[in-house]
Amino acid sequence: MGREIVVPGQLLSDNANESGSGTYVKEGRVFSLLYGVANIKNKISVIPFSGKYIPSRKDFVIGIVFETTSSNWIFDIGSPYDGLLHVSEYPRRVESSKMREVFDIGDCAILRIKDVDASMKIELTLREKGLRKIKGGRLLEVPSTKVPRVIGQNGSMVSMLKKETDCEIFVGQNGRIWINGKDENMDKLSEAIDMIIRESHISGLTDKISKFLQAEGETEDINAYEEVKDTDIEQEEIVENANSADEEYSEDAEKVNESSSKANQLPDTEES
Amino acid sequence: MANKPEKFIDENGLRLDGRAVDEIRPMTIEIGVLSRADGSCYLEWGKNKILAAVYGPRELHPRRMQKPDEAIVRYRYNMAAFSVEDRARPGPSRRSIEISKVSRDAFAPIIMTKYYPSAVIDIFAEVLQADAGTRTAAINAASIALADAGIPMKGLISACAVGKVDGQLVLDLSKDEDNYGNADLPIAMTQDGEISLLQMDGNLTKEEFKKALEMASEGCRQILEIQKEALKRKFASHEEVVESLAEVADEIIEDVQKEIELIDEDFEVSELEDEDVIEITIAKTDTSEPVDKAQEEDFTEFTEDESSNVDGPEGYEADKAGERHEQ
Repeated sequence: MGREIVVPGQLLSDNANESGSGTYVKEGRVFSLLYGVANIKNKISVIPFSGKYIPSRKDFVIGIVFETTSSNWIFDIGSPYDGLLHVSEYPRRVESSKMREVFDIGDCAILRIKDVDASMKIELTLREKGLRKIKGGRLLEVPSTKVPRVIGQNGSMVSMLKKETDCEIFVGQNGRIWINGKDENMDKLSEAIDMIIRESHISGLTDKISKFLQAEGETEDINAYEEVKDTDIEQEEIVENANSADEEYSEDAEKVNESSSKANQLPDTEES
Repeated sequence: MANKPEKFIDENGLRLDGRAVDEIRPMTIEIGVLSRADGSCYLEWGKNKILAAVYGPRELHPRRMQKPDEAIVRYRYNMAAFSVEDRARPGPSRRSIEISKVSRDAFAPIIMTKYYPSAVIDIFAEVLQADAGTRTAAINAASIALADAGIPMKGLISACAVGKVDGQLVLDLSKDEDNYGNADLPIAMTQDGEISLLQMDGNLTKEEFKKALEMASEGCRQILEIQKEALKRKFASHEEVVESLAEVADEIIEDVQKEIELIDEDFEVSELEDEDVIEITIAKTDTSEPVDKAQEEDFTEFTEDESSNVDGPEGYEADKAGERHEQ
């Protein structure tokens, strides 16, 4: 038997070498640090049921600006720690007086974590393919521990959702999901994502959601549904020449969405 | 209300409520009762009713309270005004401040605060109905709420009290036993039996104290089992849960493997860059401080240089380092 629900302090193994993430070693034995599911492969790790998003390097996240300074935008990235985007990490040169014209408070962006230091100072970057400011669409929030479920095995869930609803989707490691498409499709999609979160413990979920979406398409919203979590972020077109630059960077977004979802599903891999 | 009973233990060795001397009151635990909290727990223990909520790790304000190398833990024990027969005056009292302090310290050995530097973990324990032993009940509830919040811990904390009535030691005092007994000894301990809270009210002889400790350990062990059982039961109703979560786990594991490879590659490449990296950090800290306002001009200059330069980080670092030396 390889997997079971474990509680903090539960003995997992007598072999200290088998300690993986979410575990600690005491007197040569491995114990669980978290309340979650133990997974025994070559190492034993514990996947938590819940917990805050703790940023780690190379994660893709969706951030919301809540403060600007003369050289930094400060993003809320849905974790206990704020993310700093320095002007030099923006693809173009920005005058310190024009910071607000590029990102004003409340604006959202798809970002990547460039570095996290020991004191949890988080440096973000926009200088990579697929990273850009978000315009239009909706932002949903889900618990960060459920992100792998939304992505599915090798991105199966995300690609199914994309196909069925004809929406653009980007899933950030911090549990924020950006969707964009026709209004009715977005309604459907946010309902589906809600369902994934509610029923994340059911196996064969991808098929179930797929069926749900297909049925939904036929019956045309029998049950009216209110999406509480979504925040409409219809944004004005960004001023000036920002457009041209942004477009350049959004070209490859799709591709990166997929590769990122694979490479970044892991929660923080702290070990004791 | 109730006057002092004449006898606490009858001829058959049973207590007022029919328990044996070494028997705890029945305990029921419900997990995740508050949807807005990160973790929560509702616990009934005899007539005690406790609601515990955990928030965090989250950002701590004011900043001066932050600890740069670990998270701080705040614990608030509070009795609702209606929790006792005579209305309890709302707000912190000498008693509740003390209990909050010792309860917070009771969790010190298990919470991995090092994982969340400069953050805070808030624990709130509200006593809705009090019936003796509320601090131990609150600790038991908080322990579950912490686990529910996904906070890394070395184990769970369990707590119970031992007291003396009619010259005899009894486990888990009831209201009357607490009010009219000769001693009350609340104890909290980790699963290894490490004591993290011990208070005493009244008098016990050395031998009685030793015996009391033993009884408390046994009580805590029983409570730990109830706590574990409650946590495991939360998902047990869904048969597939373990299976499906493990599916997710598999995916994560694969990714961890990939990530490890990635990191390994990085290490090979970046070993030499280490010193530079440190320098950058210093330079950056400087610039993000208000000092940089005075230096805005230098700063703009450097960005110009940089954008005209190759995009490589070397030029960037050199400039940064240069800036630092100027200071």
